Amino acid sequence: MKNSKTLTYLDSVHYYGRIWGFVILGLILLFPIALMIIFNVGPNWSALLTGCIAVVPMYWAVGIIEIFTYIPMLGAGGAYLSFVTGNISNLKLPCALDAIEKTGYKASSEEGEIISTISIAVSSIVTTLIIIIGVILIVPLSPILQSDVLSVAFAQLLPALFGGLAIVFIAKNVKLSIAPIILMLVLFIAVPALNASKVGIMVPVGVLFTIAVARILYKKGKI
Amino acid sequence: MFNPNSYVLYIIVGVIIATVLGQSFFFLFRAVKRAKQINIDKDKIKKTIISSAIFTIAPAVSILVGIITLSVSLGVPLPWLRLSVIGSLSYETVAAGAAQSALGLSMGKLVDDPSAFVTIAWVMTLGIIMGLVLTPILTKKVQSGLVKLEAKDKKWSALLNDAMFLGMISAFLGYVFCDVTNLFRSDEWLIANGFTSRTSCLIPVCVMAVASITMALCGLLSKKLKVRWITDYALPFSLICGMASAIPFTMWLG
Repeated sequence: MKNSKTLTYLDSVHYYGRIWGFVILGLILLFPIALMIIFNVGPNWSALLTGCIAVVPMYWAVGIIEIFTYIPMLGAGGAYLSFVTGNISNLKLPCALDAIEKTGYKASSEEGEIISTISIAVSSIVTTLIIIIGVILIVPLSPILQSDVLSVAFAQLLPALFGGLAIVFIAKNVKLSIAPIILMLVLFIAVPALNASKVGIMVPVGVLFTIAVARILYKKGKI
Repeated sequence: MFNPNSYVLYIIVGVIIATVLGQSFFFLFRAVKRAKQINIDKDKIKKTIISSAIFTIAPAVSILVGIITLSVSLGVPLPWLRLSVIGSLSYETVAAGAAQSALGLSMGKLVDDPSAFVTIAWVMTLGIIMGLVLTPILTKKVQSGLVKLEAKDKKWSALLNDAMFLGMISAFLGYVFCDVTNLFRSDEWLIANGFTSRTSCLIPVCVMAVASITMALCGLLSKKLKVRWITDYALPFSLICGMASAIPFTMWLG
């Protein structure tokens, strides 16, 4: 049984997480409204409609899928922070996974929840600070960061990140990793429509498939 | 004349970003306090903070590159806000592009019409809003389910977590190989689809291999020499090695 203290901490995470979440949601919506008031203009309604039709169906669907895919992995505190600061699959989640893994705690334990929250909070703070410094120094930094050499390196951020992360998690669970890796390799290689921009959609597919495989192996007592 | 780099915009964006920073600090302090209550080793907390900060540097700089790219047409404050709060470069580029083409504007030119700027800001905001709306509503429900599961079947709960992580990782591994069929395509097909060379599809594969090998070596080395700190920095180190290897690989295969 969980003791009451555990419940109190998690409950408070949800309580404050909701408050912060709604406040920031309000601020984000206030930004374009403030622009309209300050510059005393309205949007170009027909362009707004066309733009939204192009963006909203796809990204709202992705948003809903992401919520259900990432909230269980991020933990409570991690979820409230990550869905505000973004860059979940390419930064926040790998950062938290690596941190939990190194402490040796289980991600599903309260210790795992706390380490995940600390890791994601620190990552959000550092990201925000680096961007602030970058915005201040944008004039001298632009030519360096946009140089051919560095853009080539940044273009390969995801393969480099997941190459390192994959080794750790595959080594930990060899039996469980074989089937999903084969499935994803076959899908991405054989289906031409699956390219770099579709990886976000394939994450939930991979997650559900791996859970199914895990359940079967677990029921058969092989894992 | 309207200027998307006006100081008023910097002030508004600054206030929102300060609030977001406030949220992170709030949760950080509370988590550290709770960690002390349940006797999590101080050293583990310290290492988590340091290694998370170091790991974040390279991805954060890549986000900064995104802001610089978008600032050409949108000025600095709007991309700064959008990429600090939820957005990702791929989304913001698509959203801003959709709005700009609806307005009949070209991507490379600084927006100088306030109405167009407001329209772009609305499209970028509304497209990404779903996560911000649903997180406060759904997080507790999803998490409570997991907490119950943890209480009922500890072993399956831990396995479920590993399965989710592996599922995500396998999707990204698949993506690394998504263009390898280029090796067998005709020259005409490659040119028509915008690829610079037949072998460029192998660059992400090689980069991934370098990062994986670096990570594995760090693990072995720390075990053999019994030095723990190597594993603390293994992920950022393998990330940087992988990204750096992209430079020679691109010269060779690109």
